[in-house]
Amino acid sequence: VKDMHSITLQVNGRHHELVVEARRTLADMLRHDLGYTGTHLGCEHGICGACTVILDGQPARACLVFSVQADGASVRTVEGLADGEALSDLQQAFSDHHALQCGFCTPGFLMLIEAYLSEAGPGASLSPEQARELVASNLCRCTGYQGIVEAVLATARARRDPGGGG
Amino acid sequence: MLLGRGRFTADLNPTSRTPEPGLLYAAFARSPHAHARVGAIDTENALKADGVVAVFTAASLGHPCLLAMLEREEFQVTRMPILAGETARFVGEPVAAVIADDPYRAEDAIELVEVDWDPLPAVSSIEQAEAATAPRLHAGTDGNRLVDLLMFDDDRVAAAFAEAPLTVSATFASARVAALPLEGRACLAEWDDRDDQLVMYTSTQVPHQVRSGVAQALGLPERQIRVIAPDVGGGFGLKCVVGREEVAVAAAALRLRRPVRWAEDRQENLTAAFHGHEQRYRVRAAFDDEGRILALDAEIDCDTGAYSVFPFTCAVEPLMAATELPGVYKVPAYRARGRAIATNKAPAAPYRGVSRPQIVLVMERLMEKAAAGLGLDPLHVRRRNLIGPGEFPYTGVNKITYDEGSYREALDLAEQQVCERGWLAERDRLRDGGLLAGIGYACFSERTAYGTPAMSQRRMRMTPGYDTALVRMDPTGEVIVTTGTCGHGQGHETTFAQIVADRLGVHPDNMRLRQGDTDLASYGWGTWGSRSVVIGGGAAGRAADIVASRLKNVAAQLLEASPADIELAEGTARVRGDEGAAIPIAELARVAHFQAHRFAEFGSGGLEARATFDPPGTFSNACHAAMVAIDPGTCAIRLHRYLVVEDCGVVINPVVVDGQVRGGVTQGAAAALLERVCFDPDGQPLTTTLMDYLAPTAAEMCDIDIVHLQTPSRFSETGAKGMGEGGTIGAPAAVLGAINDALRDLGVSLDHIPVLPQDLSAVLGVTGAAR
Repeated sequence: VKDMHSITLQVNGRHHELVVEARRTLADMLRHDLGYTGTHLGCEHGICGACTVILDGQPARACLVFSVQADGASVRTVEGLADGEALSDLQQAFSDHHALQCGFCTPGFLMLIEAYLSEAGPGASLSPEQARELVASNLCRCTGYQGIVEAVLATARARRDPGGGG
Repeated sequence: MLLGRGRFTADLNPTSRTPEPGLLYAAFARSPHAHARVGAIDTENALKADGVVAVFTAASLGHPCLLAMLEREEFQVTRMPILAGETARFVGEPVAAVIADDPYRAEDAIELVEVDWDPLPAVSSIEQAEAATAPRLHAGTDGNRLVDLLMFDDDRVAAAFAEAPLTVSATFASARVAALPLEGRACLAEWDDRDDQLVMYTSTQVPHQVRSGVAQALGLPERQIRVIAPDVGGGFGLKCVVGREEVAVAAAALRLRRPVRWAEDRQENLTAAFHGHEQRYRVRAAFDDEGRILALDAEIDCDTGAYSVFPFTCAVEPLMAATELPGVYKVPAYRARGRAIATNKAPAAPYRGVSRPQIVLVMERLMEKAAAGLGLDPLHVRRRNLIGPGEFPYTGVNKITYDEGSYREALDLAEQQVCERGWLAERDRLRDGGLLAGIGYACFSERTAYGTPAMSQRRMRMTPGYDTALVRMDPTGEVIVTTGTCGHGQGHETTFAQIVADRLGVHPDNMRLRQGDTDLASYGWGTWGSRSVVIGGGAAGRAADIVASRLKNVAAQLLEASPADIELAEGTARVRGDEGAAIPIAELARVAHFQAHRFAEFGSGGLEARATFDPPGTFSNACHAAMVAIDPGTCAIRLHRYLVVEDCGVVINPVVVDGQVRGGVTQGAAAALLERVCFDPDGQPLTTTLMDYLAPTAAEMCDIDIVHLQTPSRFSETGAKGMGEGGTIGAPAAVLGAINDALRDLGVSLDHIPVLPQDLSAVLGVTGAAR
């Protein structure tokens, strides 16, 4: 017999009410109950970070969170980054700096970095070492990370100095 | 992809093809033993569990298997059962497939499958497998050798050693590693009632070989199977072979006439998918007193795991290693024996580089050891042996012809860059700061884009190599290119568009690449072996040339000019030397389709053409330089600087090329510093999570600087050479060389990868350098 719970949450500003099994992870709920398949599962034990979403303002491994723990929470996924078809500054920087190849890890990196930069605020400066340390939270098997680090630095620079030509 | 709209296999839902569309989920009950007889399998409790629809075993599926064959007497045939029915040969081997209405319930129920196991003694290393009393994995093998080939022999070898001033003997080893694509394997199969066809979405590099494998295993005609690769989250070789789980899911969908999905979890990926690169080289090399190599003699043993993978077989590593060991160096006399040795571990599949990371490491270490023995500069010893300018095409003792490359130039430029970028002073500064620091080099070439002329030497029953492209222009002037190659992050959409658009005179944005669908593409060989841009792109270029000539005929008729005077550029067909005589290509496309009666060419295929390309192969080359810093207290090794001088012929897209190099170097450096799949002596895997199997993060890597040389290939349509693996091939040797340079003053050196802190602790402890 399944142990079912009724929960409500916001995903990318949209209200959802649903009934989930107690053991269902936030990642599976987002992907398969609500259709936000941009959140990817790379290891299901919290190491690779492909499933990173922003949970009440903080980056979180959606594979390590149960859906019931997100009851009442506000979740942001990769689908909520762009404004319609217009890429966010961070997404555009990923494209400009060849920060993705197969694209599987990309949503997790985007949400990790967005959460960090948002919390740091637009005036924050970021050294190359700090950017590398941030990027070291997640795994990418294709790029060697250099493009991702460059995209982080370019986005942070542009947010600090919007007229600076990035 | 950036918007989160990629479509990977586990994101897909079934279509309306199936009469009963409710998606089912597969989970596999797997062997807990490295070697055991499979007794009775009791599925009753599993079948009674909530949500379970079916449980399949080898017996209930009729004992299907995958059979990979090499047509050589020295090859021992082994069948890889889709589900183990009689014997399980490694921990993680699937014995039953549970199909349920929910993935959590499917996993619950695999615990309820009861197997009467009869454990057998297991072998988990080459040494164990070769022992006289070792248990045999497969009946009839000698020393568990699935292949034992004396590939090259030469009477001159013994004489050269007898007279040589210097003989270097050493054993080199590289650990078993996992390709570790971020997306594990995954598959969704559904039965299409209307088309009488099994449709499989699968995360693969080789859709047509999946189709062939499933057809052979399940006894279906190939047209009855359609394999589609949606977005693929990395492969690196792990997905260029056919997985038994893919066949099992296909069989379940076929039996149940319902869609079935399976997505591998990371533990399955690390234990029950495929591994590679576990090799041992026992090598002797003879040198003259100026450091010229006189003879090379190698015994090459590859730990191939329990089975031959489909379609490449277990011979892929030893054949590559024995054939290509001399590499960029002029070796006058050569003897090499290559073996694939079965052990109770997951099967080895091709993994990025296939044996070349190891053979480059061996050759570079031999150069360094010879230099040390003779008191010479190791870079001078390399230069004395490199195939030099003016010596191409060079046919080696291994019967391989190396096309034009820049082996000497790449080394010279790397050394110059290392000096100009201040590495030597930096190494001194690190040393002054109490660290051990060193710089290492690796010179190598990378045979890419093997067509059937090269592949047929291996004598595989399924010999890969050619590829076919279809180029079509639609009535609005847009271009659709269909290829049998199957990109998954290599930027083929961009590169193919550049090749084709350039020939048709249209903008690359007006072209779309269709790949990864066996119903759309002609039989092709997918994406691996650094083949796609040269072979697939070459076929597309040839097909585009045919379409371009037809466009010119149409334009010539409309503009009343000779086809030879028509040029296609910037979306327009123009008459050379006549500014006024021009017509948009979109207009040509429109009239060619809708006014076909005006153009005789339409009798010969209109604005579409198919072409095949099957080149002999072409060698890219590179020289890598690495600097490491070692903390003698903690024995932590840090990659400090990295430089690549890369020559892949004509660079079609520098951003894509640099991305491939950087990703490749990261995998190769990690193989030298971090990664290894471990087993205990009974064959129990010890690296089953990403906490035990250490993949590199950004913190372990440094920036990778890249400098390009361009020596065009005569054997490709565009002058480009393949380059998908070079980063991984060169990095282990360069990093190991840097570690040994750091250890040089201590009088110790290492000949294996990965070099872990405990290895350094052992040697530094002995020399007293660690305090």
